[in-house]
Amino acid sequence: MIAAFRIPGAGRLKQAETARFSFDGQSYSGVEGDTLASALLANGVHLVGRSFKYHRPRGFLSAGAEEPNALVEIKRDAARKTPNVRATVQELYDGLTAQSQNRWPSLSFDVGAVNDIASPLFSAGFYYKTFMWPKAAWKNFYEPKIRAAAGLGVAPDQPDPDHYSARFAHCDVLVLGGGAAGIAAALAAAETGVRVILADEQADFGGSLRFESGAQIEGQDGFAWAQAAVAKLRDMDNVRVLSRTTAFGYYAQNFVGLVERVSDHLRNPGGELPRERLWQVRAKRVVLATGAIERHMVFADNDRPGIMLASAARTYLNHYGVAVGRNVGVYTANDSAYAAAIDLKKAGVDVAAIIDLRDNPTGPVIDEARALGIEVNFGRAAIRAGGKLRVSSMTVQPKNGGGERTIPVDAILMSAGWTPSVHLFSQSRGKVAFNDETKRFVPGTYAQDCVSVGACNGTDGLSATIDEAYAAGAKAAKDAGASVVKGTKPKVDASESWSRGMLGAAPGAGPDTTVKAFVDFQNDVTAKDIRQAVHEGMHSIEHVKRFTTNGMATDQGKTSNMHGLAIAAETLGKPIPQVGLTTFRAPYTPVTFGSIIGHARGPLFDPTRKTAIHPWAEAQGAVFEDVGQWKRAWYFPKAGEDMHAAVDRECVTVRKTAGLFDASTLGKIEVVGPDAAKFMELLYTNPWEKLEPGRCRYGIMLREDGFIYDDGVVGRLAPDRFHVTTTTGGAPRVMNHMEDYLQTEFPHLNVWLTSITEQWAVIAVQGPKSRDIIAPLVEGIDMSDEALPHMSVREGRICGVPTRLFRMSFTGERGFEVNVPADYGQAVWEALWAEGQKHGACAYGTETMHVLRAEKGYIIVGQDTDGTVTPNDAGLDWAVGKKKTDFVGIRGMARPDLVAKGRKQLVGLKTKDPKVVLEEGAQIVEDPKQAIPMKMIGHVTSSYWSENCGRSIALALVAGGRDRMGETLYVPMPDGTIEVEVTGMVFFDEKGERLNG
Amino acid sequence: MLLIRCPYCEEERPELEFRNAGEAHIARSANMAGETDDDFEKFFFIRSNPKGIIYERWRHMHGCARFFNAVRDTVSDKFLMTYKAGEPKPAKLPGAAK
Repeated sequence: MIAAFRIPGAGRLKQAETARFSFDGQSYSGVEGDTLASALLANGVHLVGRSFKYHRPRGFLSAGAEEPNALVEIKRDAARKTPNVRATVQELYDGLTAQSQNRWPSLSFDVGAVNDIASPLFSAGFYYKTFMWPKAAWKNFYEPKIRAAAGLGVAPDQPDPDHYSARFAHCDVLVLGGGAAGIAAALAAAETGVRVILADEQADFGGSLRFESGAQIEGQDGFAWAQAAVAKLRDMDNVRVLSRTTAFGYYAQNFVGLVERVSDHLRNPGGELPRERLWQVRAKRVVLATGAIERHMVFADNDRPGIMLASAARTYLNHYGVAVGRNVGVYTANDSAYAAAIDLKKAGVDVAAIIDLRDNPTGPVIDEARALGIEVNFGRAAIRAGGKLRVSSMTVQPKNGGGERTIPVDAILMSAGWTPSVHLFSQSRGKVAFNDETKRFVPGTYAQDCVSVGACNGTDGLSATIDEAYAAGAKAAKDAGASVVKGTKPKVDASESWSRGMLGAAPGAGPDTTVKAFVDFQNDVTAKDIRQAVHEGMHSIEHVKRFTTNGMATDQGKTSNMHGLAIAAETLGKPIPQVGLTTFRAPYTPVTFGSIIGHARGPLFDPTRKTAIHPWAEAQGAVFEDVGQWKRAWYFPKAGEDMHAAVDRECVTVRKTAGLFDASTLGKIEVVGPDAAKFMELLYTNPWEKLEPGRCRYGIMLREDGFIYDDGVVGRLAPDRFHVTTTTGGAPRVMNHMEDYLQTEFPHLNVWLTSITEQWAVIAVQGPKSRDIIAPLVEGIDMSDEALPHMSVREGRICGVPTRLFRMSFTGERGFEVNVPADYGQAVWEALWAEGQKHGACAYGTETMHVLRAEKGYIIVGQDTDGTVTPNDAGLDWAVGKKKTDFVGIRGMARPDLVAKGRKQLVGLKTKDPKVVLEEGAQIVEDPKQAIPMKMIGHVTSSYWSENCGRSIALALVAGGRDRMGETLYVPMPDGTIEVEVTGMVFFDEKGERLNG
Repeated sequence: MLLIRCPYCEEERPELEFRNAGEAHIARSANMAGETDDDFEKFFFIRSNPKGIIYERWRHMHGCARFFNAVRDTVSDKFLMTYKAGEPKPAKLPGAAK
């Protein structure tokens, strides 16, 4: 059955191929190739939404991406609900389910419509004026209520199950917009052989050729020519044609973001295709062929369903074969609405009258309309529309006042003229210029290598457009490097042309009435609101925009900007160019988060780094913690153990027998070359020249400002080779810091830097039994204390593979760090583990590592220091070479503030009650009875329960800390004040005897 | 996303491969320890932050890993030229008004 408003023989869709769909639970039938909008209109449905603020009934204004009203929710399943989809863009598929938004309980009876009656409360700026008192009510009452009542669609509440892909692309000429101009430009460029990308937001190319029934190119209908030309382009190897692809943002150096809607139009997208594809295109030249958007007439109740742009009605008729009414009225200040009236009349629709605001226009379309018997009235205005859920009449009056006449209609087509789409041009940082004669902003000064052609450039008429676009396409290709220019320009046989129009409010829009003559449909902004904003002191167009919300939200003023500007200019008594245009912001139309994120979600959001020993730890039931991108074993709980029990056991076992710890994440850099020692002298505070090969030293790295940047143990493997370790998190920045100095400040030094973090797995074996565990597996290294004393390094073999064996300790126990090539990491670990088992050793994680080092007062850069701590503050003066004349930070360290008395210094803290464990980050005060805000003299940097000490231990930065030994200080907490005693930083084995124990 | 020409690779590459490294042509003193407070302040803290032409350091982090210098217009965000570390500040800029 053919839908009621489908006109047999009209349009281009094949009537045989039907698609069933539902809107608000009601079933309808459409045709393949329909949009949701055209299918609803074919069924006589105009009412599709409620407006943002006043909940006024709304229908379709347009037939394209500029649609401000017809926003619906498309639902495929529970997780696939897309709000705010423009029904004019959504292609119909069999089974499509759509729902209206912003209404309750139903679209035709919406309680929120009370806002329309109460609208004096909601005038421009009402947010800023109405909800001021009482202050707390904004957060608790007004804002939640307003948010619930206002707004459009509802965001989905489940994770997005679809996937999105991304492509980078390069081309010589990127053509944005696939109407007559874009196609002509793409043909010209493509024929030279350069790489061309042509993109258009619609499913079909052709742009305004979809509705321009009078266009003839190369002997055929304009739209048919467009299809043939695009088919030819698709066949060319140097051309990529992207339909359903919106250029949403134009960035620096001809970098353009496009989103291709890959499967939203398919009945059953399946799991293979991405939903959308993000294209990031770098083009040598860009041709902007973005067309123009028709403006509505601003008059009272111009938002009633059934009132739409003339070009939209024409598109529905000429492309989709749908009549938007049976008896339409026309209100215009521009010729293009005549063409719509003529097409509809010829298709058998009654045209009640054309109301033309102009006094005595002449031209062929006017003559033709009259010849068809359409009543044409000049110098008259439609001062209001009748009807509520659907327009029922328009009331007409001579524009300077006089008798009213009400004409019954079921649709009104309107046209105030055309606004060039300069959005992308403006985003490219080009400056628009106002053409006073044609009353429009057109591209003026270019900032990038692009060119505008056709309607977006203010070029009128099909012949002129194709001339301009073809020449621009050829030139763009030539500028991008093409040498051969061949091919021929498409010949225009017949075309339509119209001009001018008006800006701003027509008579009947106010100014002193309470009527609602809408300027911005999406944001419910009326002509009165804009006048009121100016009267209340908003004299900049940017202020008017924000005060009224004109041109904001997803619509970005596509239909409203120029009207709003003209009304503001008129009220201000200034010419339009002096008032200026608000900024066009990306995106041109809304872009999904999914397309921007692409594959970078879930596990692919950020790389996860795992050590060679990770699988073993996982198999042992280790609990992991994130350290930067690394997964590190945190602790190894045995059955029934919680974290505390596990950590206590690990801590005790290491000091009693031994423990194995995966230290592979430690940053490692090899510093090699004849000047390696000189380089180390400059990058670290310590002296290195005299460090013998085979020995290690704890090094401190500063920034030029004198603050600690990193630390780590450095082994000298040979006179010209240092094995440097850094903190886990600091490895990349330390490498960058070293490279920076080597390349730019000390390029005379012959040194090479290599990151070896991932090349070496590191197994720390710590504890009194550590040597016994390692020795049986080692070849070629004398493990005696004489041959391998604390802080030394040897190269040899372990388990038959090469090792760099460090004798060093981050626990205070006799200890080793076994470096082996990462591929052997797990095998060597397992061998050491087997040996360790014989001695009762345990595996321990980062938490135990932290506790053990804190028991010894070893600092962790980034925990006990925060970028404002000097070596002296940290009690590490001994590691600064006193005889050195230069190193990075030597001068910064001597700054007056850094040598002043009373600086915060690292000290130990013992709570008076040994069972109380302080909170890291807790603030420290001298006098707990002082008035709030108290004077804070420091904070806790590290704090743990130490099973080995049988009490809590803590490190803290405290002002003048080292002069406070034995003093009692206080840590005020929400549930009481904790008394602490200032102590030294070493809590266990103060004499350090266990290093050789 | 900007395109930046690496003077070592002699290629224009996307900004993603690069990292900014602050203002260029601020030389570290050969007698660092002997610098006055004023000189150290100028060296370490004071930066020009111009509206217009800035000389700055970049590193081709995910490429050749070399540090180099660039001249950029902070208003248009356009790179006027890039050159190798250690080369003198260019006396004449291509396409500059003055």
